[in-house]
Amino acid sequence: MSAIAQTPVDRRAPSSVGGRLSLALTDGLLVARRNLVTLTRVPTVFIFELVQPVMFVLLFRFIYADQFRFLPEGLDYVQFLMPGIFVQNAIFGATTTAVGLAEDLKTGIIDRFRSLPMARSAVLAGRTTSDLAKNLLLVLIVVVIGYLVGFRFENGFLSAVGVVLLVLAVGFAWSWVFACLGLALKQVEAVQAASFTLVFPVVFVSSAFAPVEGMVEWLQPIARANPVSIWCNLARYLSNGPIGITDPITNVPVDTFENLLFKSVVWIAIILAIAAPIAIRLYRRLD
Amino acid sequence: MSSPIIRTEQLVKHFGEVQALKGVDLEVQKGTVLGMLGPNGAGKTTAVRILTTLLGPTSGRAEVDGLDVVRDAEELRFRIGLAGQSAAVDENLTGLENLELVGRLYHLPKAEARRRGGEVLERFGLSEAADRPTKTYSGGMRRRLDLAASLVGRPDILFLDEPTTGLDPRSRIDVWEFVRELQADGTTLLLTTQYLEEADQLADRIAVIDEGTVIAEGTSDELKDQIGGEVLELHVDDAAHLARVAEALDGVGAGAPSVDAEARLVRIPVGSDGFDALRDSVRLLDEGKIWVVDIALHRPTLDDVFLSLTGRVAEDGSEAESEPAGRIRGKGRRGTKEESA
Repeated sequence: MSAIAQTPVDRRAPSSVGGRLSLALTDGLLVARRNLVTLTRVPTVFIFELVQPVMFVLLFRFIYADQFRFLPEGLDYVQFLMPGIFVQNAIFGATTTAVGLAEDLKTGIIDRFRSLPMARSAVLAGRTTSDLAKNLLLVLIVVVIGYLVGFRFENGFLSAVGVVLLVLAVGFAWSWVFACLGLALKQVEAVQAASFTLVFPVVFVSSAFAPVEGMVEWLQPIARANPVSIWCNLARYLSNGPIGITDPITNVPVDTFENLLFKSVVWIAIILAIAAPIAIRLYRRLD
Repeated sequence: MSSPIIRTEQLVKHFGEVQALKGVDLEVQKGTVLGMLGPNGAGKTTAVRILTTLLGPTSGRAEVDGLDVVRDAEELRFRIGLAGQSAAVDENLTGLENLELVGRLYHLPKAEARRRGGEVLERFGLSEAADRPTKTYSGGMRRRLDLAASLVGRPDILFLDEPTTGLDPRSRIDVWEFVRELQADGTTLLLTTQYLEEADQLADRIAVIDEGTVIAEGTSDELKDQIGGEVLELHVDDAAHLARVAEALDGVGAGAPSVDAEARLVRIPVGSDGFDALRDSVRLLDEGKIWVVDIALHRPTLDDVFLSLTGRVAEDGSEAESEPAGRIRGKGRRGTKEESA
């Protein structure tokens, strides 16, 4: 046996800010790649994750095809629904961040990572990044399914790209929320249960699947203020043009595009600004 | 003696109400193996997690290689390796991918990480399984890969947290071999174990830890000496002969022979001169034409040490199933020991 344990290596962490940043980036990407490789090795997980959005598209598209009184005049339900589904998917898709972290905690791989001289941010950054990549794939598949059931982007290619970007940003921000949940609860089953308990009211009490105007009165202001409605409205505007957000009663758009864009971005920033520091704190305090 | 490479001072860790560590002092000299021995829940893993920067102490200090585990954690992680129940590998990655990932997270260039990964896989006899997902590995192979992962960064100091718990006897022996090789290479090792035999076999010094405190520390021999020396035991086939044997051998040992009629045993404390006493006894028995079934020198085991230190058997609170065959139960002598007490 040779003196394998003897040869010294470079054993200093970079001290410059640039060095540390590039280290954080490299390590984060290494962890992200590992997560994505895992995804391809266990494709059933992703396939089952796909079942839910497909089911939602089909159920809502065909069961509620003509159930809503308060759709903007001239707008098919499928045109109303699909932008909502895109946003809903981004948020549901982000729950995998919580589950993934809880699973890594359970197996002990996070302890391995934490004992290595890697950037402290890498596990969280890697997880949210790989989930971002996974969500991109998910969104594209759901777009295809949307096209199969009659949905069309009516507002040009760039707007379609805009929808995808919006949805990815929403998913990324929610990934950090779910990172908090995963790190706080740690147990995979508890994390799964809590994720869905959180996600259902947040998504359903919004305009994601149904016009707010048809909800009971006291719920309407809550649904309108819900950032999910704001993102859905932006996605609807991008998908359909102004008709996507036209008030069915007054027949005028409920907001301007610039306003919607601004509010959407602010909400994403607020969620990130709150959730990311908490997640990082929870990660540092793991024991 | 040079200054210790691992040193803790009054290390305390509370988890809410639970006091996992109640002031642990440890010292490990460079290039030696410290066996941290104790039952489940004794605080072994907590100590390892503090020393490997995974956990901050509630109070007290710990230094590894001159670096404070809290203040200099980042730098320390370059110098240590951790394996065992505290750390794991990704079961969806192949053996080589796992090691490559670890290597790259030590900031090795890709090619170097790969080369080293292959090197340690070879060393641990896993080359053939290098490209198989880890989930297809047997328990023993997985543990070896885990150990391999802790070596990719070529640490000077290696922490092995219960490296053989749950392994079959064959795999345990393998792990023991690797520990001995590492020690020969000059690596400092701290290993925790619930197996008294394991500490006896591998460790230069042993710290017995129970309920968050180190209750004894020393070499295996020192610990055994603490509960007195060796005992000569003579087994007769008929209890009627016991008195004759005891009489004939009076004066052979360090103390008077004692008779255990039920077990048909004569016991003679012999201090550390076991062999002389054995030789004399055989001669005297031969001269007196006294027949015995069996004569044996009983060196106290660490199990005896643990019992005498804590008043209970070491296995407290541990899982009853999946006990490896080698787990010490006083080599069948536990019972007689207790009866004589």
